[in-house]
Amino acid sequence: MPIRFRLALVPALTPAVALVAGLPFVNRLEPIVFGLPFLLAWILGWVLVTPAFLGLAYLLDRSTSAAEDGDGR
Amino acid sequence: MTTPLLVILAFILVSTVVGVIGRGRGAMNLERWSVGGRQFGVILVWLLMAGEIYTTFTFLGASGWAYSRGAPSFYILAYGTIGYIISFFLLPPLWRMAKSLGLHTQPDFFLARYNSPALAGLVALIGVVSIVPYLQLQLAGLGLIVHTASGGAIASEVAIIVAFALTCVFVYTSGLQGIAWVAIIKDITMVVVVVIIGIGLPSMYFGSVGQMLSELVRRHPSHLTFPGGTTTMGVGWVISTILLTGVGFYCWPHMFASAFSAKDERTIKRNAVIMPLYQLPILLVFFVGFTALLVMPGLKNPDTALLALVMRSYPAWFAGLVGGAGAVTAMVPASMLLLVASTLTAKNIYRPLRGGAVSEEQLMRASRGFMLLIAVVALILALWSPNELVKLLIFGYDGIAQFFPGIVLGVFVRRITARPVIFGLVAGEAVVVSLIWSGHDPFLGMNAGFVGLLVNALVTLLSATWGQVLNHRKIHDPRPDPITQLKFGGEHGEPGG
Repeated sequence: MPIRFRLALVPALTPAVALVAGLPFVNRLEPIVFGLPFLLAWILGWVLVTPAFLGLAYLLDRSTSAAEDGDGR
Repeated sequence: MTTPLLVILAFILVSTVVGVIGRGRGAMNLERWSVGGRQFGVILVWLLMAGEIYTTFTFLGASGWAYSRGAPSFYILAYGTIGYIISFFLLPPLWRMAKSLGLHTQPDFFLARYNSPALAGLVALIGVVSIVPYLQLQLAGLGLIVHTASGGAIASEVAIIVAFALTCVFVYTSGLQGIAWVAIIKDITMVVVVVIIGIGLPSMYFGSVGQMLSELVRRHPSHLTFPGGTTTMGVGWVISTILLTGVGFYCWPHMFASAFSAKDERTIKRNAVIMPLYQLPILLVFFVGFTALLVMPGLKNPDTALLALVMRSYPAWFAGLVGGAGAVTAMVPASMLLLVASTLTAKNIYRPLRGGAVSEEQLMRASRGFMLLIAVVALILALWSPNELVKLLIFGYDGIAQFFPGIVLGVFVRRITARPVIFGLVAGEAVVVSLIWSGHDPFLGMNAGFVGLLVNALVTLLSATWGQVLNHRKIHDPRPDPITQLKFGGEHGEPGG
């Protein structure tokens, strides 16, 4: 398994863990965030920042694969 | 009232014309018809995938669930994101395989990777069987939309037949390219409509979204935490459902095929990066459902909550606009499902049964023929057995999610063979069918499909390991057998991708 694959996994999996494993701890209404009950705000917030995390994974993916390509092949 | 009706009709007709024109020039072949000639860029792939994600179930179902169930509906907001994250890693290698081997369909992948016609046939069969109820659901939703938006003037049966016949016309002539163009119309109107009503309706009745939510919390304190308005959909159900549907997201044969239409790998990855933002309209659909609960409690069919509230709050022409957007929202996924189910049937069931002696032109003709056949079957089901739809949809999702171990292992683990995957698939489907049909969904607080997936993964891995153990016993030769050779070769010698 190539190294770049594992590196990109870290930022990519963060929102997934938060959206799944976080749920038992956020199943409540308070505090209200921007008018949204906490549970909804938590889910929405992670959905919103996922592109940033995946974008980071994309950059990691690209830079390491470029380095590998330059590595004498 | 004829205004909404005319608007809806105009929508449906314009979409059909665009779909037919969208085929472009030149002769149609299976590559163009089923995967758009693999020439789609980021925007078109994005629209196409979004076109399949935003189905009439999202439009009516999400608002209906927000209305009747509350917090458990939030899973709809989360699972797509899980699906995109998985797709970021899974789709690029899949796309590479599809491109180099000329794959069109999901069973093509199983055949090429596992070299097992039995597995490919099984996948094709489960795929088509799961698609038909999904297609049926789109048609029933379409009938409901037109019937409600026309104030009962048009029977849902008439609406279903007319709109579906037109859908068949552009799928028949243009294939995926036509669908992609109609998806553009659909997405633009859908987003505009959802933004207007998602913010407009709460503001109209409560001043703002925030005030609507605090009123909801005051009147229904438990509605916005799990298990909401239900007794069975607690945290365990939500987690297992997000996992199952997130995993199953790209297991749908049509989602698989839409990834093949991309022109390069980068398109697919960039697409995965931006897709989560497309979940936002679902939030606005929830707001409409919540507002409806406060303003019009006690609706007999929660799925009509969005439309009923729109008709009550806006002028007739706007209700028509919402109805038209809703109708196209049913037509686009229906066309995609139809296209994929027919390609699957022609290429992966019909051709192997004919012993493979079928030319490309014959295959194209057969695909179109099966398209009409499947359309008629779905139409008959939608007209004569509209009940139990949700149950069928759940079965569909639970069914296709069982492909996941075979897909992931097939892409990332070289030495996995067909037999363990078949065992796992059959075990998973058996668990799903028996749990749902015996009324045990949710099972131990978990989504039945997820239970099936666990059994599936376990059986696959155990039989794969068992197969290796047997292999080792059989071969007393001290030289490594080819399978372990592959394994160690894969870990040390492979240059990375």
